Amino acid sequence: MKTYDLSELALRNLRESSLRNSLTTIGISVGVASLVAMLSLGIGLQKLATRHLAKSGLFDTVVVTSRRELRGFNRDDERSTASAAESRTLDEPARQEIERLPDVLEAYPDIRFITELSYQNKTHLTMVSGIPDSARSNDAFTGIPGSFFSSETAPEVILQKSFALELLGKTPPPGHEDDVPVRELAKPLLGQELVMRYAQRVSAPESAGENTPAKSGASTVSESDAAYSVISREQKLNIVGISDLDPDSMRGAARARVFLPLKLAQDLRVMQPSDVRDSMRGFSKQPSYSTVSVRVRNPKNVEAVEQAIKKLGFNTFSILDATRSLRQFFAVLDLFLGIFGSLALAVASIGIVNTLVMAILERRREIGIMKAIGASDGYVKKLFFAEAGAMGLLGGVVGVALGWAIGHIINLGTNIYLKRQALPPESFWSVPWWLVGAAIVFAFIVSLVSGLYPAARAARLDPVQALRYE
Amino acid sequence: MTINPDQSNSPNGAPAIRIVDLCRHYQMGEALIRAVDGVSLQIQPGEFVALLGSSGSGKSSLLNLIAGLDRPTSGAVIVEGRDLAHLSREELAKHRLRTVGMVFQSFNLVSRMTLAENVELPLRFAEVDRGQRQSLTRQALERVGLGARMTHRPSELSGGEQQRAALARALINHPRLLLADEPTGNLDSHTGTEIMNFIREFNQSLGMTIVMVTHERALAERYARRMILLADGKLVDDRPNNDRPHEDQPNPAAVTASRQRERR
Ligand SMILES: Nc1ncnc2c1ncn2[C@@H]1O[C@H](COP(=O)(O)OP(=O)(O)OP(=O)(O)O)[C@@H](O)[C@H]1O
Ligand SMILES: [Mg+2]
Repeated sequence: MKTYDLSELALRNLRESSLRNSLTTIGISVGVASLVAMLSLGIGLQKLATRHLAKSGLFDTVVVTSRRELRGFNRDDERSTASAAESRTLDEPARQEIERLPDVLEAYPDIRFITELSYQNKTHLTMVSGIPDSARSNDAFTGIPGSFFSSETAPEVILQKSFALELLGKTPPPGHEDDVPVRELAKPLLGQELVMRYAQRVSAPESAGENTPAKSGASTVSESDAAYSVISREQKLNIVGISDLDPDSMRGAARARVFLPLKLAQDLRVMQPSDVRDSMRGFSKQPSYSTVSVRVRNPKNVEAVEQAIKKLGFNTFSILDATRSLRQFFAVLDLFLGIFGSLALAVASIGIVNTLVMAILERRREIGIMKAIGASDGYVKKLFFAEAGAMGLLGGVVGVALGWAIGHIINLGTNIYLKRQALPPESFWSVPWWLVGAAIVFAFIVSLVSGLYPAARAARLDPVQALRYE
Repeated sequence: MTINPDQSNSPNGAPAIRIVDLCRHYQMGEALIRAVDGVSLQIQPGEFVALLGSSGSGKSSLLNLIAGLDRPTSGAVIVEGRDLAHLSREELAKHRLRTVGMVFQSFNLVSRMTLAENVELPLRFAEVDRGQRQSLTRQALERVGLGARMTHRPSELSGGEQQRAALARALINHPRLLLADEPTGNLDSHTGTEIMNFIREFNQSLGMTIVMVTHERALAERYARRMILLADGKLVDDRPNNDRPHEDQPNPAAVTASRQRERR
């Protein structure tokens, strides 16, 4: 009741010198708007980056290798590498075991091999890798010219841009790869046929060709119980898409530039580097995988899953540390944007102080009258406080709306620009509810703090002096 | 100092106002201005006192001390048994709100507010309920004949109307003491008479104690029953107004009622 009466009188007073009070309120609004705009931009960019990173598959992927592999990713791994005898083989049962671990979405063998591809009678040597169906939402494959594989076994390929350039014989100088738009490369290549020549590994008992007919002669490796033949084969592949990004960038030197559906790649039973080594060591009837990629439900689970896989006796690798520094970067970015936004609000709060101090000078007599007819110091103080608070609250609400509108317009404008550049629209703007609430509360508190001095000054005013003149 | 023997036999015996050796000095650079300089006097409940004196004689200063708007340099102001010197700022505000009503030469209405809002202000300070505030405000304005002007601003009214509104505001919390600083100073004689008749009525029917500052001797002789003359901050004369007819005396029952109202 009391606070209601007080706010009513405060609002009434604010309406009286409406021009000056509106200008002050607009000042607060602009401050709040810039704060909201800056922070929403920060939050939006962060969301955008997280979304893209999640889609890139880098941050929810754990790469598993056998400890027999000598290519450890760091010295620790190298040192901990167990002797071949006691370490496990990364074979199909191991893959299934990994897939059953909690928070693991899928674990698929990494099939990659260097092979020859001929296009229009010219042969090109490159690394080929199998891509699981789950990668269709990966950034590298969404929105590309063409499409993703029509099925898991379709004889189709997606080419990485650099390979597409090579096929067309127009390799740009290094550093200028980005100058050629993918769409131009796609036109002559989509729907065209590639012929892949590869070495198939065929287990000894079933060595009679049951897949595609063998073109050239087969050689049989037969040592102890690991017996299989290697047959040279050809596979026709249809080009369905060109990827601009390099989805395999994590692999470094082993990155592939031609992608096949994973199932197709598996069924081809292409000779893998590990096969050779296995045969040299002389055990395992079954093929083993050199690496298995594990997709984790959430980047948060990566560490736990890595630990679990290590316990099974394998080496793991992930880019977890990279996310950590990225989060740090955004925390700093938000901090900076917040500081700049707050600066605007600080300037606005000086406006409040100014308006209220001016109001005291102007309303000196009024304050004197109020005190003479019985207003206590406390009442006068609270009245000015309420006026400051009302301006802050109003400015906060208007400012949030303004900030939201500004953000929306910027987002809209950028998307129009992106559309002109034939790029998919993006939302890098996000105004979460907590920000709306926090901005209004912040504006309110800043205004109350700004009102402290003017209110105290008004309360201290001597009524006799105030009424004496004029 | 002279205390009028006539006035000492008041209903409850205790004086409404007792002033003892009161001083209010202002230091203006080197010079010391003795606005009020050793004044002692007593005013009984229901009295109608005129404070006379030339300009600068300290009339307003004395009135402000009684109102609790100002604090004395030395001496005591005791209103209804309470020494104002011992009151906190908060308590002094309460004293101004409940015990005294004030009217001024320049009316002192808040120009940004309507008459109703002006009159309502003391009720707001007294935290009276909203609904009650409205009916009390209406009654008070109707009593001074401004029932039709509630939503007008002071600037839209004549001086006499403004002073009537100020009277309504001074009376809204039923104070026992009305302090008027030259209430007719800005008015022509006809409107002045109108205002004085209201004040006389408050004294007679409501039993309010009136202290009125004026420098018009004629006005004092016509309405007040006691005249106190100040010069250079000192009390130089204090005598009853024998010209005033006896039937003007406030009804003792009204005075008692006024005092009882305060005891709530
Ligand atoms: N705040 C002040 N500072 C300095 N001197 C003051 C102050 N207030 C009053 N005085 C001085 O005290 C003296 C008395 O002033 P006061 O206003 O009480 O006179 P007054 O009798 O009401 O005069 P008037 O009839 O002109 O209103 C004057 O000389 C005045 O200049
Ligand atoms: Mg005066």
